[in-house]
Amino acid sequence: MTSGLLDQAPRAGWARWRRSWWYHATVYAQTWRGSVAGAILFPFLFLLAMGVGVGHLVTAHVGQVDGESYLDFLAPGLLATTAMQLGEGESLWPVLGALKWVRTYHAAVATPLEPEDVLAGKLSWVTTRGVATGVIYTVIIGLFGALHSWWALTLPLIGGLVTLAFAAPLVAWASGVESDGAFVVFYRFGTVPMFLFSATFYPLDAYPGYLRPVVQLAPLYHGVALARAAASGHGATPALLAHGAVLAALALVGITVGRRRMRRRLVD
Amino acid sequence: MSWSGAEPELIVEARGLTKRFGDFEAVRGIDVAVRRGESFGFLGPNGAGKTSTMRMISAVSRPTAGELTIFGLDPRTEGPRIRAGLGVVPQEDTLELELSVRWNLEMFGRYFDLPRAEIRQRTAELLEFVQLSDRANSRVDDLSGGMRRRLTIARALINQPQLLILDEPTTGLDPQARHLLWDRLYRLKREGVTLIITTHYMDEAEQLCDRLVVMDHGAIVAHGTPRELIDQHSTREVVELRFGEEGVEPTPARLASFAQRVEVLPDRTLLYVDDGDEALRDVHGDGLTPLSALVRRSSLEDVFLRLTGRTLVE
Repeated sequence: MTSGLLDQAPRAGWARWRRSWWYHATVYAQTWRGSVAGAILFPFLFLLAMGVGVGHLVTAHVGQVDGESYLDFLAPGLLATTAMQLGEGESLWPVLGALKWVRTYHAAVATPLEPEDVLAGKLSWVTTRGVATGVIYTVIIGLFGALHSWWALTLPLIGGLVTLAFAAPLVAWASGVESDGAFVVFYRFGTVPMFLFSATFYPLDAYPGYLRPVVQLAPLYHGVALARAAASGHGATPALLAHGAVLAALALVGITVGRRRMRRRLVD
Repeated sequence: MSWSGAEPELIVEARGLTKRFGDFEAVRGIDVAVRRGESFGFLGPNGAGKTSTMRMISAVSRPTAGELTIFGLDPRTEGPRIRAGLGVVPQEDTLELELSVRWNLEMFGRYFDLPRAEIRQRTAELLEFVQLSDRANSRVDDLSGGMRRRLTIARALINQPQLLILDEPTTGLDPQARHLLWDRLYRLKREGVTLIITTHYMDEAEQLCDRLVVMDHGAIVAHGTPRELIDQHSTREVVELRFGEEGVEPTPARLASFAQRVEVLPDRTLLYVDDGDEALRDVHGDGLTPLSALVRRSSLEDVFLRLTGRTLVE
């Protein structure tokens, strides 16, 4: 009586991926609770206070930063920083929860979905949010008059890339641990310093020469540099090749490790 | 691609099915055959290998060795296709706590790529079936344990599965919730759904299962209908005796003259006999005065005790 389902041709991987993406999107749509209002308000207030307010001081006392006004300098970095926070926030506790506490990923692999589909749906949904956040930021930065190149149209994609570059390795990490103890340590000693010291608020050459390579190790530095190049149009192509490649490599490593770990965790 | 012309009578067939985790062998080469439309049980204590077996039969966990087919298909290569026809009720509810009852069902339907209209219709029917229609818009977080369990069952039915796999479906539920759930499972069985149930409650196994296997330490130690198992491995009746203070109870050797077999448990002594009342008369006639005495029919609990030397629920 119910054999109809089995008569369907086996679904291609991308169709299952789409279903997993849709699932994550729906959970978000059901539980967002005003996070969109915050996503618009935060960059607006931040650019007003830091870009315009502090920027006024910087212009008065220092002049231009890296050949730009302080607002122009700061705004793209803010986009990258927010993309990083988004990628992190969606990847540690929510993933461990879905694997260990609420176990909704276990429910997913009891359906036609495979562990790889769960991972792909998760990461593509988070990346979608990164792009959406990038769109909001790009519009607001534009309203502040801080976009100076057609390259700025790539800013939403850069937002998505930065989000994925953080989300993929962190999801891989969360898929392999049994407790969330190290997550807090990561936030305190990883995220916060990266937020402060990735040449978001002042240029790299403010550091003494021996510190610069250390800063350049931070993934966020590459996101900030890439977004900045896109907003101004200065050196956009080499920035994409260098910084974009670093971010893409991070994403790739995360996806590769994450696929293996997700399978081991859910299926073995 | 269609195999509906030759639907196999065996929904699940396993030969030498084995699951190892490192050095630990959770399932040790079991043979199982589940027929279409029957209700098949895996009875055993915690740690017997029931859940590992369920996860393999659910086409989720890969067998380490042995042969396994579900709907006649190989789960190693046809996992998504097999799972499209399965409903799984895991030991722990894996619901989205922050979403409503209705959304939990509708979103799960999307995993099976069902058309939206069909999902909506199935959702309404299933909520009716598990008596949660009036809670359709409640958050899962606000439901009782029994309600969550019923919702998990409804969710497992969203794709109209041919085979429903339930892992310890009533563990942790109060008696009323258990009976409501059993009633729903009877109805599914009547509708032709094949059921596979694991449990460590012998009354549940007796109530729900047409046939069952008894598992212990990863192996099957007996199989048959509940009646056959009791007939083969136990006597017709059991006398349960309690003797109060320690030191007062008679030696098993003394009791053995009244019974075919004697089991001494920490809190009671069991006499396995064909006629319980007669055996009890003999006990009293011998001058023994137990604090309490109960004559009952043999159950699967007795079968398990006989086969493993242990009780099911400690």
